[in-house]
Amino acid sequence: MNPKDLSTYAKNTWCPGCGNFSILNTMKTVLSSLDDEGFPIDNVVLVSGIGCHGKIVDYLKVNSFYSIHGRTLPVATAIKLANPDLKVICCSGDGDSLAEGLDHLMFAAKRNIDITLILHDNRVYGLTTGQYTPTSPWGFKGKSTPLGTQEFPMNPAELMLVGGASYIARGYTHGIDLLRRLFKEAITHKGFSFVDVLQVCVTYFNMYESYNKRVYEVKDNDTGSFDDAMKIIRSWNYDGAEAPIPLGKFYQVDAPRFDQAFPGYEPHKVDRDSQIKKMLENFI
Amino acid sequence: MMKVVEGSYAVAHAAMCCSPDVVSAYPITPQTHIVEHLSQMVADGELDAEFLTVDSEFSALSVLVGASAMGARCYSSTTSQGLALMYEVLYNVSGLRMPVVMTVANRALGAPLNIWNDQQDSVGARDVGWLQLYVENVQEAVDTTPQAYKIAEDMGILTPIMVCMDGFILTHVYEPVELLDKEKVAGFLPAFKPEYVLDPANPKTIGAFADPSTYTEFRYLQFDAQQKALAKIEAVAKEFQETFGRTFGGLIDTYQAEDAEIVLVTMGSVIGTIKDAIDEMRAEGIKVGLVKVRSYRPFPVQALRKALKDAGVIAVIEKDVSIGNEAGLVTDLKAAFYNSKIRTPIIGFTAGLGGRDITVKDIRKITEKASAARKGIESEFEFLDLRTEILP
Repeated sequence: MNPKDLSTYAKNTWCPGCGNFSILNTMKTVLSSLDDEGFPIDNVVLVSGIGCHGKIVDYLKVNSFYSIHGRTLPVATAIKLANPDLKVICCSGDGDSLAEGLDHLMFAAKRNIDITLILHDNRVYGLTTGQYTPTSPWGFKGKSTPLGTQEFPMNPAELMLVGGASYIARGYTHGIDLLRRLFKEAITHKGFSFVDVLQVCVTYFNMYESYNKRVYEVKDNDTGSFDDAMKIIRSWNYDGAEAPIPLGKFYQVDAPRFDQAFPGYEPHKVDRDSQIKKMLENFI
Repeated sequence: MMKVVEGSYAVAHAAMCCSPDVVSAYPITPQTHIVEHLSQMVADGELDAEFLTVDSEFSALSVLVGASAMGARCYSSTTSQGLALMYEVLYNVSGLRMPVVMTVANRALGAPLNIWNDQQDSVGARDVGWLQLYVENVQEAVDTTPQAYKIAEDMGILTPIMVCMDGFILTHVYEPVELLDKEKVAGFLPAFKPEYVLDPANPKTIGAFADPSTYTEFRYLQFDAQQKALAKIEAVAKEFQETFGRTFGGLIDTYQAEDAEIVLVTMGSVIGTIKDAIDEMRAEGIKVGLVKVRSYRPFPVQALRKALKDAGVIAVIEKDVSIGNEAGLVTDLKAAFYNSKIRTPIIGFTAGLGGRDITVKDIRKITEKASAARKGIESEFEFLDLRTEILP
């Protein structure tokens, strides 16, 4: 399958230079390669929340569900449980999963449900044009915080580790090769997989220069070790302008999954062809 | 002095003139600019208030519950999905009798996702115990803000208020506005001195449990406070007029309604278009007029009966629908008339949902339909601007 076949006719309204383009293109490449390897693209469901990231459902030609602000994961959870054969991928923003939907994120990790969450972590509310988010650095001067925030950012990877996620990684929209590898790993992982993507918002929080100087890929780390993962994750706390920023896979373990607790549930199989034919007959 | 400003700035400026102690809000289109301007005013020292940024609308209003319990004057603003997310807290604020003022930048609710204007969000929240005033233009949104505090903080009322202004149409428009003078507002709106606040020197419980032996009485007192607000809204509008020289009506307002045979009834910014349509039709000899509902909660039953008693036919236009039975305003209006002597035919139209424009042509169409209804109602309620060609 050609990744281009996953494009849609929808007009793209992201700003030129937006990190979301990297995520979109990486998704196209990874999903088409999965299709080539025998996992049918029709069995993929993409769920988004509200924010700039949410538009990805319009730009990626797969089954999708555009949910409401913060509620990406509850919708995805139910989709997965209703039909465990599906590959359920969530695209969600830092406002979406760390502010209004933080409770759902923690429960998805706690349940270790077989869902992948790609966090479009631009660390600013882009769609409402430039307010701080839970991952904005201390003192961030956004439109709702002209004097700078007086709260420290949260570290979502740390939350996911203590929460029970079984795959944790971080990518960067300026590193497509790594992003591809991480997306593929996360999507094929069995359990709750979390990829924090440093997605640069060129319009309201352009971190390209800072990130380019500071990011590095972790190597030879013991991804099965909670302590090692915690050490790497804590080496950058989303604050300050100096600390090096680790990218790559931090953690991956096998753990019991929530969706395994619903065995033997056979989704009602529908003969799609005959159903579609029947529907079309009404118009012929 | 008139100044050309954005609607959101004008409202933020009006809120600032009311000197709230605590402002809390979460950004959501098309409300965002209002709270951004307020955060800037706090940063610039123009407004001495605590501005709390939060993680959701649910938190924003919950913050104000705490602040109000301490006796703070509170302000927030939201819209659509944000108002929906606040639902649980809306009842807490009104039940706890906290005089919070909130600007609702009216917007359609999902699904389907839509960021444009209609009034489904606040009309759908008509029963949560808040007072609701609907404004027709930016100047009225400005002038209504200090009035809202004065009504809400009246010791006999102590009820929160939503000031409802059409999203984008009023929040994002630039038009000439007379901005308020802070000192003059201070003279009009005295400092908030609540009787029941949390005070370590005088401990008390706020938010206590009410079992079946007292719960009804709490609700009755809220109901009674809304009835008392009927007179207060009128009085405050009058007092504002005496101080500032402007009025947009109290509970209701009228335009060319005195001798009108056909009377249109509505709320919000569509009134500008309706007034233009009325001028056009009056020039052609059509006796048409307007009654504007400014206060939707409390619903001004007596004022409406009086204003509409001589109408030959009434047509209600509204940007909401009660999915299952007509729409909010028309149902309330019919209920207000049923036990009166007035037997005027009333027909209802929902229009302008999800940001669809309501034009002068639409208003003329409604007027024609209303005129025909005098000889017999063909349709009690309809979707005026329905695109039947795209329906399945």
